[in-house]
Amino acid sequence: MSASALPAQPSRWQSATIERIERQTPRVVSVFLSAALPRHEAGQHVDVRLTAPDGYEAQRSYSIASAPEARALELAIERLEDGEVSPYFHEVARAGDTFELRGPIGGHFIWRLADGGPILLVAGGSGVVPLMAITRQRAAVSPETETHLVYSARTWDELIFRDELLDRKRRDPGFALTVTTTRERKREGVDYDRRLDGALIAEILERWRRTPRHAYVCGSNAFVEAATRALVAQGVPPRSVRAERYGGTG
Amino acid sequence: MLSMGPTPFVDLATWRFTLSHGPKPIMSWSWPEFETLPRTTWRRDIHCVTKWSKFDTVWEGVMLDDLFSTANIAPPTEYLLAESHDGYDTNLPVAALTGGKAMIATRYDGAPLPAEHGGPARLLVPHLYFWKSAKWVKGLRFTPRNEAGFWELRGYHLYGDPWREQRYTNDP
Repeated sequence: MSASALPAQPSRWQSATIERIERQTPRVVSVFLSAALPRHEAGQHVDVRLTAPDGYEAQRSYSIASAPEARALELAIERLEDGEVSPYFHEVARAGDTFELRGPIGGHFIWRLADGGPILLVAGGSGVVPLMAITRQRAAVSPETETHLVYSARTWDELIFRDELLDRKRRDPGFALTVTTTRERKREGVDYDRRLDGALIAEILERWRRTPRHAYVCGSNAFVEAATRALVAQGVPPRSVRAERYGGTG
Repeated sequence: MLSMGPTPFVDLATWRFTLSHGPKPIMSWSWPEFETLPRTTWRRDIHCVTKWSKFDTVWEGVMLDDLFSTANIAPPTEYLLAESHDGYDTNLPVAALTGGKAMIATRYDGAPLPAEHGGPARLLVPHLYFWKSAKWVKGLRFTPRNEAGFWELRGYHLYGDPWREQRYTNDP
């Protein structure tokens, strides 16, 4: 790959202003902000830095949920009980507040128009966030590119972007959505109520009847290990599977 | 955490570790041959570029100093690329790896290194950010220049010193 095809370098730390905050689920809020970042690619993330009055700094990476086309940058932030950054966005932050940001970051877990499809997106929990950017970007620039989002969450109420995804599924013939809930029985809008394992991946691929040209898998380390292993076992070439793992196991 | 795709499962029966100078192989070991090299146990803290650190991890493997002296080679250039079975590579100055600073690790916490953590063998360079500690390593390729590896081409720093927070390309 030539260097010219690679995304722009991340910006220096700069100020971002919160435009509004919207609740997505009991544990997730969307933070819409304005910041003078270089245009991002669908799938990239930013680093957020908070500085306490005593100078203590905390820094975390958050995936971008908005399409590069969107006017405001959207981050979807899950509240972690012992978190140093996420409680600020859930309890303290208000429209007009500012914080420090740099980005966009990441040159591998991205989808661009030239990449084409079909695209298979596999999300575990808040791992749906960068896949949402890809879903939105594909809808904006290439609705003919067939895309299937497989989304595993604990419960119906923990599905981030639920209404938007269900609406897109109804209106967009090139977009397939499969939802599985792992801690709640199947209900309308939910296709399965079990963990995403090899058998379930096989069943979903069989029903879709497409061979993904690109697969993107994002979630906890355990989720990504299981899902990527299942995809490879189903004959998806390892080279076409991109993974992003949350949580540190080195 | 930086891993680009599915975890590769590498068969020890066909595993080889190869030192190369540019395109030319210099020395190569099978798994049983690699197991006869001098081994070191190492307790170190590790630092992931995603801001996560883990303290007092215990690793076992072959120090690069021992690898080079057993192969009876002096590093022919000042830089190398550590190459992995999944196609990933990362660039390092040789000086960042010699003098007791890096090993090819094959055991973690007293057990064979699991595939998920880079087994059967990974590079371990605890003084740099952990993406430099290439998982599923299959060889080291000496290069005349400091050539950017996989993540370095994609925006990560060429050296990656955690104490200077060298995370992205233009960080000082």
